Amino acid sequence: MRISLQKRSRQPWWFGSLVVLTGVLVALVFVGLLFMWVGVNPWQAYLEILRGAFGSADNFSEVLVRATPILLCGLAVGLAGRMLIWNIGAEGQLVLGAMAGSAVGLFASPHLPGILVLPAMLLAAFAGGGLWGLVPGLLKARLKVNEIITSLMLNYVAILWLEHLYFGPWRDPAGRGFPGTALFPKVACLPRFWGTRIHLGFFVALAAMVVIWFLLSRTRWGFEIRAVGAGPEAARYAGIPINRHIIWVMLISGGLAGLAGIGEAAGIHLRLQQGLAAGNGYVGIIAAWLARLHPFWIGVIALLLGALAVGGDQLQIVTQVPSAISLVLEGAILFCVLAAQVIKDYRLVLKRGPRP
Amino acid sequence: MSSAPAHLPPAVLMQGVVKRFPGVQANDGVDLRVLKGEIHTLLGENGAGKTTLMKILAGFYQPDAGDIQINGRRVVLASPKEAFAQGIGMIHQHFQLVGNLTVSENIILGLPGPFRLDRAQLETRVQALAETYGFDIDVRARIWELSVGEQQRVEILRMLFRNVEVLIMDEPTAVLAPQEIERLFGIMRRLKEEDKSVIFITHKLEEVLEISDYITVLRRGKVMSTVRPDKLRQDRLVSTELARMMVGREVILEVGKQPQEARGELLRLVRLSVRGDRGEVAVKDMSFQLAAGEIFAVLGVAGNGQRELVEALAGLRPVQGGQAFLMGRPLAEDRAALAYVPEDRLHRGSIPAMTLAENMALTRRREYTAGPLLNHRRILDDTRRLIEAFHVMAPGPETLARQLSGGNLQKLILAREFARQPALLIAEQPTRGLDIGATEEVWQALLRQRRQGGVLLVSGDLKEVLSLADRVLVIFRGQAMDIIDLNRDQNLDRIGPLMAGLKIGT
Amino acid sequence: MEQTLVFLVKISITSSIAVLYATLGEILTERSGVLNLGLEGMMLMGAMTAVGVSIATGSAWAGVGAAMLVSGCFALIHAFFAISLRVNQVVSGLALVLFGIGLTDFLGRHLIGKVPPVLHPAAVPILSKIPILGPILFEEVPLVYPAYLMVPAYFFFVNRTRPGLSLRAVGENPEAADAVGIPVEGLRYLYTFIGGLHAGLAGAYLSLAYAPGWKEQMTGGQGWIAIALVIFAIWDPVKAALGALLFGLINALQFYSQAAGIQWLPSYILQMLPYLFTIAVLILITRLEGLRHKVEAPSALGQPFERES
Repeated sequence: MRISLQKRSRQPWWFGSLVVLTGVLVALVFVGLLFMWVGVNPWQAYLEILRGAFGSADNFSEVLVRATPILLCGLAVGLAGRMLIWNIGAEGQLVLGAMAGSAVGLFASPHLPGILVLPAMLLAAFAGGGLWGLVPGLLKARLKVNEIITSLMLNYVAILWLEHLYFGPWRDPAGRGFPGTALFPKVACLPRFWGTRIHLGFFVALAAMVVIWFLLSRTRWGFEIRAVGAGPEAARYAGIPINRHIIWVMLISGGLAGLAGIGEAAGIHLRLQQGLAAGNGYVGIIAAWLARLHPFWIGVIALLLGALAVGGDQLQIVTQVPSAISLVLEGAILFCVLAAQVIKDYRLVLKRGPRP
Repeated sequence: MSSAPAHLPPAVLMQGVVKRFPGVQANDGVDLRVLKGEIHTLLGENGAGKTTLMKILAGFYQPDAGDIQINGRRVVLASPKEAFAQGIGMIHQHFQLVGNLTVSENIILGLPGPFRLDRAQLETRVQALAETYGFDIDVRARIWELSVGEQQRVEILRMLFRNVEVLIMDEPTAVLAPQEIERLFGIMRRLKEEDKSVIFITHKLEEVLEISDYITVLRRGKVMSTVRPDKLRQDRLVSTELARMMVGREVILEVGKQPQEARGELLRLVRLSVRGDRGEVAVKDMSFQLAAGEIFAVLGVAGNGQRELVEALAGLRPVQGGQAFLMGRPLAEDRAALAYVPEDRLHRGSIPAMTLAENMALTRRREYTAGPLLNHRRILDDTRRLIEAFHVMAPGPETLARQLSGGNLQKLILAREFARQPALLIAEQPTRGLDIGATEEVWQALLRQRRQGGVLLVSGDLKEVLSLADRVLVIFRGQAMDIIDLNRDQNLDRIGPLMAGLKIGT
Repeated sequence: MEQTLVFLVKISITSSIAVLYATLGEILTERSGVLNLGLEGMMLMGAMTAVGVSIATGSAWAGVGAAMLVSGCFALIHAFFAISLRVNQVVSGLALVLFGIGLTDFLGRHLIGKVPPVLHPAAVPILSKIPILGPILFEEVPLVYPAYLMVPAYFFFVNRTRPGLSLRAVGENPEAADAVGIPVEGLRYLYTFIGGLHAGLAGAYLSLAYAPGWKEQMTGGQGWIAIALVIFAIWDPVKAALGALLFGLINALQFYSQAAGIQWLPSYILQMLPYLFTIAVLILITRLEGLRHKVEAPSALGQPFERES
C-alpha cells in the first residue's frame, strides 16, 4: 500500500492560496490544542501574542527590531536559493560579520575619523560574512562539494571562534558579569531611532530588500541567477557562467548575513557577547522558504516571524507559557505549508500497490 | 527459425494491447507472437511503442486493454515479480544494477533466502552459472568497476539465475562495441539452443538481419508488419521500404524550395572527433563543409552521434580531436554568428517556469542590456512582435513557457534564434512531435534562414530531409557514411539503407 | 601517567555514546535513501521524554523505552513528509528540529531542576575483571554496553545479510530494488523510524546517565555533529564508532586540560576539529575519482522515489 501523487488538473487561481491558508489554520489549531493541554485558553493566548506584537507602538518597535536580522538572513538564504544553492550557513556568516565589524568598532575606531567608523564597520561586516560564505561557495563551484554540509559545519566553527574571542583575547577588561567584549565606543554604536531600539540596521535591512529585489528583477546578472535556478540546463545552454555566479552569490549572501551580525552586535547588544548566535540564520531559512524566495515577501514573513517572537515573549510574561511556543508554531506552520504546497499541486491517491 | 515443434503454444502471445499515456497513444492494438526458442526483434524508431510494449510484458506497466498469454495460459502480469514467476525478465536500456554492490549481490538481490548472506557460497553458485554460459566475470567485482559489456552480461546472468524463459532486451547493442555485439549474439544463440526465447528491441537494421528469426516493425504504436529476415535480404526494395517504414512520414508536404546559389563557406569541419558521456567514441573523424545559402542535413537514426556532434559545435561538449571553423575562424573562439535550436525544447531550449519574454532574453541577453540593467520594456515589445510574426499561439509575452504547446514552444525558440540574425543556424530535430501545421511553419522558417545564411539541420526524418535539404550527410555510428547532393543525385534509394549502416550499391 | 590514560579513555567513551547512537541510527536511515536532518530535535524529544516518564513511573528504563518510542514517532512525521509527500527533505528535517526545540522547551519547563531516577554504573561480571581493559570498558552505565555490540552487529547486518543487502539497494538504486520486488517505501519508513529510535536512545542516555536531568537544549548540537559524523564515517558503522570516539576524545582532552591546567592545543581549536574534519572528508569523497564510487553517499540519498505506472 502506498501513497501516489497524481498531478491535479488546472485549478482556479485562488486554490493554491486557499490550501496554504488552510495549512496555516491547521497549524494554529494544533498549537491551540497544546495550549489547552497546559491549561491555557487558546483564544486568550493568541490574543496575547497579537497584543504583545502589535498592541502598542513600543511593542511594534520590538517587532521591527527582531525582524531586522531575520530579514537580512532571509534575504541571504533567499538569494542563494534562487540559484538552487542551500546556504545553511547564514548563522555562521552572521557571526563572522559581527566579529569583523566589531574588530573595526573596538580597535580601529580610535584611529578613524568619527564619521567613517560606522561605514567601515558595515563594510567589514559585509566582507567578513561574505568571506565566510565564500568558502562553501568556492567548494561548490570549483570542487562540486555539497554546500549544505560545508556551510552548516562552518556555523559551529564560527561560533567557537566567537566564543574564543570574547572569552579570551577580546574579553572585557572591566569584567562585567555577562561574558563578552567591552562595550563599543559611542561612535561605533548604531544610532537608534524614535526612542526605541530600532537601529540603523533596520533601514539597512530595508535597503537590502529593495536592492536584492532590484538586482534580481532588473539587472542582467539577476536574470541569469534566476535562470540558473529555474532551468539549470537551459542556463548552461545559454552560456551563463554558472560557477562564477555561484561564487558571487555566496559572497553577497554571506555579506547580507554579516550585516545582520553587526546589526545585532552594534545595534542591540552594543558589544560582542554570548547570545549573538540566537538562531537568526536558521529562522532566515524558514523565512526565505515560506516566502518562496521573493524579497518583498521575505520582508513580510520576517515581520510576521518577528511578531511571533515578540508576542511569544509577551505571552510568557503574562501567562507563564514559555516563549518557546512560538518555535513550535513556526515548526507547525512550516510542516503544514510543506504539506499544503504538495496538496495544491497533487492529489493524494492511496494505492493498493501491485505489491509482489 | 525456431526449433520448437509447431504445435506447442507460443511462449508469448500478446493480443490487442493498448496503452495510453497522457497525450500519447503508446500502444494501439498491438499483436505479438513469440515461439519458444525464437529470437524475435522489435524494430521501430524512437517513440514507436516498443519499450512500452515490453514493459507491459515484463510487468512494469499495466495495459489499458488486451490479453497476454504465456505458454497458452492467460496471465495477468501485475508486477515485475509476477512476470519473473512466469519466466519473463527484461533487461532495460539503463541497467537495473546497483553500482556499489558486487556482481553476486546484484544477482541475488530480492531473492528469498537465509538471513545471513553466505558470500562464499553465493559467489560459488554464481561463478558456476557464469561458467556454464561461458561468461568470464569476476563475481566479486563491484558493478561500477565493470565495462558496459560486462555489466550487460551480469544483467543476463541475473535473468538466468531466476530461470527466465523469455528474455527481453531493450536496445542492448546501443552501448556495445562491434566485437561485444558479436559476443552478445553468441549468447543469444546459446539461449535459443536451450529453447529460451529472446525478444530484442533495436533500431539498427543491420543487426536485425543478422540475428533475428522474426521481425516485427512498430510505428506510432501500431504494428506495421511482421516479416522474416531472409525475405528482407533478398529484396533490396523491401529493405529500403523497411527503413522508410521506420522513419518516414506519411504526408508529403509541398515546401516550395527555391533553388539557391551556395555562397561563401560558413562551417568547415576537419576530422572532428567527440567523445560521448561514457567516454566512448561518439563522433569519429567527421569532415564536411557547409556554405551560406544551403540547408545541410545530418541525417541518421537517433543515437548515432548527432547529439554529441551538435553539442560540440555549440560549445557544450569538449572536442577530442580535429577542428571546426566558422566563417574561416576557429569555432571555439567566436560563436556569436552561430545559433542553436536544441532538440530538448523543455529542458535545454527553454525554461518552462519563466515567461515567454524571459525565455526570449535567454540567449539574447546582451542585446537587451544597457549597462547592468535589462531593458524589460524592449524585451516585452520585441517578444510581442515576434510572437505575432511567428504565429505563436499565446495570450501574451507574460505567459509562462510551460503553458505553450510543443509546436508553439518550438516556434518561440526559433523566433528567438532567428532574431539573433545568425549566419549559421543549427536546428536539431526541429519538428519532432509537432503536428502538420506547426511542421510546415517551422520548415518555412528554415527556408527563410537558408536565404539569409545557412542551416545545419539534424534530423532522423528522411522525408523532412528530402524536402528541405540541399545536401545530406548520412551519419551512422558517429561516422559520415556518405554526403549526397540532393539537387543533383537521382539515386536516392540508397539513403535509407545508409542510415542503417548498409552501403548498398554505391 | 597510566591514570591519565585511563581517565582519557573512559571519558572518551562516555562522551561518545550519545553521538554514536544517533550516528548509527542516521546511518541506517540514510542508507535507505532518506536524509533526516532532524536529529537534534529527535534527541531533545528523547531526552525530555526520558526524564518525564522516568520521574512519573519511577523507573529509568521505562524512561528509556518511552524516549525511544517518542523519538521514533517523531521521525515518522519526517518520514511521512519525505517519503509519501515527497517534499524537500532538507526543509522537512529543519522543521523537525524547530519543532523539537520548541516542543521540548515548551513542555519540559516543569521538568527543569527535577532529578530523575538515574542509571547507575553496573559492572559486567567477569569481563570487568580483565586487567586494564575491564575497568575501562565494562564498569559503565548499562546504556553504554549495547553500543559495543551494535557497532559490529550493524556492520554485519548491513554488509553480510539479505535484509542488509536490500537496505543498501534501496538507498543506491531504488528503481532497481523496486524492480525485484523490494518494498522501497516500506523499508524507508522502517529505517527512518529506527533512526528515530536511536535518537531517542541517545537523548535518554544524555538525560538519565551522562548529565542527569533536563535542561533546555541540553543536546548542545550533538544531533548536528551526528549528521556530520555520518559523512565522516562514510556511512559505515565501524568508522562511525571511530568518529564518535574522536569526538569523545576531544571532549575528554578538554576536561583534562581544564582539570590539569595545561593546554597543548587551544580548546576552541580542539572543539572545531570534528567540523573541520567533516569538511575535509567531504572534499575528499567528492574529489577522488577512484575513491568516489567506492565510498560515496548512498546514491539516492535525499531523492524521493516514485514508481511509474
